[in-house]
Amino acid sequence: MTVTEDRPAESPAPAKQVGQARRRKEDARLITGKTTWTDNMVLPGMLHMAVVRSPVSHAKLVNVDVTAAAAAPNVVAVFTGRDFAEEQGSIPCAWPVTPDMVNPGHPSVAVDEVNHVGEAVAVIVARSKRAAQDAVELVDVDYDVLPPVLDMEEAIAADAALTHDHLESNTSFHFVFDGGENGVAEDTAQAFADAEVVVSRRFVQQRLIPAFMEPRAVVVQPQGDNYTLWSSTQIPHILRVMLAMVTGVPEHKLRVIAPDVGGGFGGKLQVTPEEVLTLLVARRLGKPVKWTETRSESLMTAHHGRDQIQYIDIASDREGNVKGLRARILADMGAYLRLVSPGVPVLGAFMFGGIYKFPAYRFEADGIFTNKVPTDAYRGAGRPEATFAVERIMDELAVELGMDPLELRRKNWIKAEEFPFTTSAGMTYDSGDYEAATQQALELLGYDELRAEQQRRRESNDPVQLGIGFSTFTEMCGLAPSRVLGSLSYGAGGWEHASIRMLPTGKVEVVTGSTPHGQGHETAWSQIVADELGVPFEDVEVLHGDTAISSRGMDTYGSRSLVVGGVAVVNAAVKVVAKARTVAAHLLEASEDDLEFRGGTFSVKGTPGSGVSIQEIALATFASHNFPEGVEPSIDADATYDPENFSFPHGTHICAIEVDTETGFVKIRKYACVDDIGTIVNPLIVEGQVHGGLAQGIAQALYEEAVYDADGNLTTGSFVDYLIPSAADLPHFDTGNTVHAAPGNPIGAKGVGEAGCIASTPAVVNAALDAVRHLGVSDIRMPLTPERVWRAINQGGDGGDRATAGTNAYGGASTETSSGVSTDASSLGGDR
Amino acid sequence: MIPAPFAYARPTTIDEALQAIADGGDDVKILAGGQSLIPVMRLRLAAPETVVDLTRVEGLRGVREEGDHLVIGAMTTHAAVLTDPLLAQYGQLLVQATETVADRQVRRRGTFGGALAHADPAGDLPAVALALDAEFVIAGPAGRRTVPAAEFFIDYLTTALDEGEILVEIRIPKLAADQGWGVRYEKFNRVAQAWSIVAVAAAVRREGGRIVEARIGLTNMGPTPLRASATEAALVGVDVSLQTVTAAAAQAADGTSPSNDLNAQADYRQHLAQVLTRRALAAAVGL
Repeated sequence: MTVTEDRPAESPAPAKQVGQARRRKEDARLITGKTTWTDNMVLPGMLHMAVVRSPVSHAKLVNVDVTAAAAAPNVVAVFTGRDFAEEQGSIPCAWPVTPDMVNPGHPSVAVDEVNHVGEAVAVIVARSKRAAQDAVELVDVDYDVLPPVLDMEEAIAADAALTHDHLESNTSFHFVFDGGENGVAEDTAQAFADAEVVVSRRFVQQRLIPAFMEPRAVVVQPQGDNYTLWSSTQIPHILRVMLAMVTGVPEHKLRVIAPDVGGGFGGKLQVTPEEVLTLLVARRLGKPVKWTETRSESLMTAHHGRDQIQYIDIASDREGNVKGLRARILADMGAYLRLVSPGVPVLGAFMFGGIYKFPAYRFEADGIFTNKVPTDAYRGAGRPEATFAVERIMDELAVELGMDPLELRRKNWIKAEEFPFTTSAGMTYDSGDYEAATQQALELLGYDELRAEQQRRRESNDPVQLGIGFSTFTEMCGLAPSRVLGSLSYGAGGWEHASIRMLPTGKVEVVTGSTPHGQGHETAWSQIVADELGVPFEDVEVLHGDTAISSRGMDTYGSRSLVVGGVAVVNAAVKVVAKARTVAAHLLEASEDDLEFRGGTFSVKGTPGSGVSIQEIALATFASHNFPEGVEPSIDADATYDPENFSFPHGTHICAIEVDTETGFVKIRKYACVDDIGTIVNPLIVEGQVHGGLAQGIAQALYEEAVYDADGNLTTGSFVDYLIPSAADLPHFDTGNTVHAAPGNPIGAKGVGEAGCIASTPAVVNAALDAVRHLGVSDIRMPLTPERVWRAINQGGDGGDRATAGTNAYGGASTETSSGVSTDASSLGGDR
Repeated sequence: MIPAPFAYARPTTIDEALQAIADGGDDVKILAGGQSLIPVMRLRLAAPETVVDLTRVEGLRGVREEGDHLVIGAMTTHAAVLTDPLLAQYGQLLVQATETVADRQVRRRGTFGGALAHADPAGDLPAVALALDAEFVIAGPAGRRTVPAAEFFIDYLTTALDEGEILVEIRIPKLAADQGWGVRYEKFNRVAQAWSIVAVAAAVRREGGRIVEARIGLTNMGPTPLRASATEAALVGVDVSLQTVTAAAAQAADGTSPSNDLNAQADYRQHLAQVLTRRALAAAVGL
């Protein structure tokens, strides 16, 4: 058996795979659904779990009567918080950002009190999903309602009501980073005292919902004292460790599998109450149990993102040389701390300065409790908030100084020749050229033409005004150097692991610890390995997501997969080649030093035609009949890579927007962006990530907002009211790249998963303001609903709060209480 | 989510359907295209005892001519409305509005009659029916009766349909371009596929350079669709010009009581009604 019989003697090296726009291997099964999503799992004897959820935002639990539910047909068991009080522990928070951070503890099912609408108060276990759902309505809960805490600025007032009455205040932590105190910048107070110009603004980062496509689902199968847990999660490895710690199931008795996962955006970077509860129920009953959420449950109870109030001060001289930046942040944690809730504002702490050379910098963040669902990671996690603040305040400073906003940026940004550059936040930016990216973006946009049109529209007092907004951004990616995470008190490292298995037929299995949830790892990793090993792209299979197969990993978030996980794959491949070289030398009866490895074949230098391919060596290793003395019969290898530094992708995003001043409707006229994400492995995947990121960032600017009413009900409880744009609402994107390979990274990649999402939001808002600033508008709250834009133009201010009531469309589909609430149908009126 | 348990009947004639409703218990819902009913049942906002499915009932689909009127079967889908040759000639206002209803998939299943009987204030078709003074032909245990649009829409999701009755067809007047009619459905929402925040259905007939008749229906300016009566009156007999249209449109929100919700507060909706009415009228008269 040989795989190379027909190969011509002088085969040219195959074209490199890296850099090619390969179609994604995984898409056929993902798009058609012909795969095992967690909710597709069916196990013999499997039971179904449904969750009874609180319809009130803050209350003591007086009584939870489950009698009727327990007696309902096909119901096997009903459990309340009391039943699990001794074994459920607390949902873990892995990021105590300060030594004195207050963590109230987070029961998976409420025991004594509920602190947000949608919090679990009981679980029903039944023989069918339908029976479980029907019984939800039969649980009778007696609530002693308390006043909810919903507004962060009110929550920090002296006489504020408390989210948790056993705590002293609504503040969880006060985190400070001061460049001066850290010896990397000048004194901030002095910089502001000496400044000729200071501009201060309050920006609101509204609450967002990750809204991943596949709802969350969990299946647990007990086998003796072993448990296998399938979950639609981004983080099977972290989940395994955390569930072991929370539930007491020993780590080696717990296998966690993330099968194909339909999106996450950070929303599945979590240890969820439902994962804990499904495991506890399966352990209690000794039977397989499945839980799958409804979309309403997902919007109401899966963690939310963003939700910051930002007080930003910028100091400069009259010529526009910036002198200092201060950021004071209120970050809404919601009712509890989840896995990295407190870490989100801290991830932003080092990025508020953006690409500019602020001599002085100070950051303070307060984590605030409110009676809302907890916040946590959401695409960009801390960095979009920081980028928004600096890109907005630069525009405000430009207005104050009467300068062109791009000129002000250019005057202050780091020059290409100044890399590597250490900022006043202590970050060392690796590489880039902000001017080059900006020039290319201006050309893509057709900047001069649009500026001329803007002028014409102003002069003719056109009801449709045009504006142009910039975002010249950078972000820190490649999470993360473990020592840095340690210095920030994060509970884990930031390395990544990979292993490569050479199969007897020459096929290759690549095991990655970076678990994908839609990113295209299988394709990109195949391209990398095809180049490193010289094997066909099609001969590579990428395995992931199962802790029994992928034993070590840190999973996928923070644009880390390629930058960290990809390097682990490269390093493992290098080891495979090194091991294979020893075998090749033996088979070719030559010295290792005399071998060259090209196109997957080892040959003796200067002796063309004589060679052995790495795929043949895989078979020779399998047989081991003729193997070098004292060498173990394996050319498999693994590698763990811990980055030295973050990577710093950057780019220039320019948005042109039309504002209908009569209605307030905002329409993106043109959007151009040039991103430098280092070396590009697959341009098609990169383009997809940029497009999706732009859609999400634009959605924050224009569409999405999680709204709670005065009682703490989520009124954007369905996609009728939580507005997500479709392709029809988005413009054509003119995209481009500059390439400055990431230094110190063998692939040269910087990460692209979050770039579009981080960069686009301020570009859109700056553009809208540019269109109407001459009408007296200096800020509009996100999302820029037509009503807000109209109010800002006609009534001044920032457009104000929206009415909180859900829309009347759809029969009032905003699910203002919990799933499973039955409303008297006649109250809807009419016949339909 | 999973709806609460319900009984299901699928009759094949109107009489069978009426019987199924009569037999269905206290809380019967009629399923037409199901594009509103099924979601609210799945959300358990509605939990009917019995669902009577009209999809197999004969004679409820299609469009026919009756003198000066078109008669549209209640179970005619939105997709069928969009491709019907009679409506293309005489029912452009309905066609334009139907084009804005939801997405292609919904329009394949959703029905004209279902949308009217549902009477969602943010739905697009009730205002069209009202503007056209449509007549609603209703079958019930006591036979048939006809209700004018002005009396059909009673309140939020509430119509003149009594328990036990079925909407079977809708009669609308032919509006022909060669008779001087111009129409426009002007819809305002935040994204491409959504319910109206506010919309205006306008039909204007001109003779020479003057407006002789105007019919204007408002979507989502109150719990039911409304007529912009003051604007209609102000337009009769005026010369066609942007000034006259704008002046008349300024009265479009008179007497309206729109809701305050996430999309818009009442004052903004009233402002929108004026802007959209002006735009609808301008387009309808070819300005």
